[in-house]
Amino acid sequence: METLLPKNITNTIDHWIQKFPQGKQRSAIIAALHAVQHHNKGFLTNDLLNQVADYIDVPKMNVYEVATFYSMFQTKPVGKHEIAVCNNISCMLRGSNEIIDHLEKKLSIGLGESTPDGNIFLKKEEECLAACTGAPMMMVDHIYIENLTIKKVDEILERLQKSND
Amino acid sequence: MTEINKVIFSNHDDSESASIESYINIGGYSAWKKIIESSDQNTTREKIINEVKASGLRGKGGAGFPTGKKWSFMPNTGKQQYIVCNSDESEPGTCHDREILQRNPHALIEGMAIAGFAINATVGYNYVRGEFMGDCYLQIKKSLEEAYEYGFLGKNILNSNINFDLYNFLGAGAYICGEETGLLESLEGKQGKPRFKPPFPANFGLYGAPTTVNNTQTLATIPKIIEKGSEWYSSMGTEKSKGTIIFSVSGHINNPGNYELPLGISFNELMDISGGIIDGKKLKAVIPGGSSTKVLPGHIISKCTMDYESLEEAGSSLGTGAVVVMAEGTCMVEMLKRISRFYYAESCGQCTPCREGTGWLYRILDRITKGQGQETDINLLIDVANRIEGNTICAFGDASAWPVQSFLHHYFEEFEFMIRNKGKSRAA
Repeated sequence: METLLPKNITNTIDHWIQKFPQGKQRSAIIAALHAVQHHNKGFLTNDLLNQVADYIDVPKMNVYEVATFYSMFQTKPVGKHEIAVCNNISCMLRGSNEIIDHLEKKLSIGLGESTPDGNIFLKKEEECLAACTGAPMMMVDHIYIENLTIKKVDEILERLQKSND
Repeated sequence: MTEINKVIFSNHDDSESASIESYINIGGYSAWKKIIESSDQNTTREKIINEVKASGLRGKGGAGFPTGKKWSFMPNTGKQQYIVCNSDESEPGTCHDREILQRNPHALIEGMAIAGFAINATVGYNYVRGEFMGDCYLQIKKSLEEAYEYGFLGKNILNSNINFDLYNFLGAGAYICGEETGLLESLEGKQGKPRFKPPFPANFGLYGAPTTVNNTQTLATIPKIIEKGSEWYSSMGTEKSKGTIIFSVSGHINNPGNYELPLGISFNELMDISGGIIDGKKLKAVIPGGSSTKVLPGHIISKCTMDYESLEEAGSSLGTGAVVVMAEGTCMVEMLKRISRFYYAESCGQCTPCREGTGWLYRILDRITKGQGQETDINLLIDVANRIEGNTICAFGDASAWPVQSFLHHYFEEFEFMIRNKGKSRAA
């Protein structure tokens, strides 16, 4: 079978494996999945999970368990850019629901969905993202953006839209 | 006026506070160097643990367990032992560990080295929450490399025969990994499902080896305690709550922020430091230590001091020091619904009362806010919460029940009003 893990990915996985004692390479599954998901434009496929398991040398089930447990791993295709709006209590008290409403309206999608052109994924965020003193906030492609206003959100959407053109 | 930022945040005036030079300038790594240069390592180990015990330092991750006591549980097996830092910060309202990782990474690194030495652990892992990967993780990663370059970590550190290797680890999004045994499972590459205790991590931790898990803020406090002494640290705070804590003040407040302050400061002074309630409004309620602690009405917390004993006496707890402020007009039914959705989404699913109960709590609250609540729903909420509390492997179950119990205790009429008025909020 064709390898889906290029050299830079296996190098990253190797780097993580050496952080753990010999025989404990299972500890590198999470880091491997982060690297593979990033390389595959934001989501994981069964073939990728199988190849990670083979490369790390752990049973496939170990990798499936991790991929389906943690909220940062997507096991279905999603849009290229990920927007995750925190709407836990501190953000909710400072208007995160309005930010979400605005995004849903502007992108014509709901939380957990991606735009039809595959550019933006609006993640359903349940956890608090630990930026409560900068509420409301959202994470765009893993970058924290705090003290959001509708204007700021529009500027970000415009930038993401341009990168798609 | 109470002095702020005395311990971990002591160089916060410096915009380059994260740099190793800035840290060394304020005495950073001097405690670690002194330990390395000591002639009798066994006596030094004992002295460190006694010093931490005498300082009165209690874990800042929420439970407040005495740190020195926790360290003294560690055996000396002569085999590999571990120190693990819990930087999986995700208790709603809490964001001070993120600021430490971003602005005071070397305090954490030095603290982990000292802790590792004290408990005979030559390897440490810093478990950073996955969402931080493009944020403060980049800083702690860089700082760790710096600490190696300066020779403070590694094998045979500064020709002392002392070894300490430290690694950063990234999670992938799961609140439950903040529970120490869930965290260890995750570090082993598994689902973060908490283990039964006992055995405690000091006997059976990472890979089955003796392990101590401490929180980021706790470990970052250690270097200053060793450098300046336990008396200096314990001179701040109250008799039972010694030293300082970083309060994350958020919600309806003019200057939300992380403020490092002595324990025992009055709630009202904390509000003054944070700029007061927005729009000159009245205070309605406060969650004093992250969403897992019980809510307190404004008139009760206004009489409290911010320490373990005062908040416990008032019926809540200090938790992580995450103070979520709610002004008049806040709908408590909506607040509780959001909190309950969080626990529903984050339950690891291992224990039936928690997995099923958190879903029930959320769905009942959801139907109340949608105008479909029934008169019996309030009793049902209390019944479900009581059946979760105390019946699960870890404290997550309790944490999902306490908000329900306390919101209903203090704001019963708001729930009753909404049920009787088909979803209309009394607060608005």
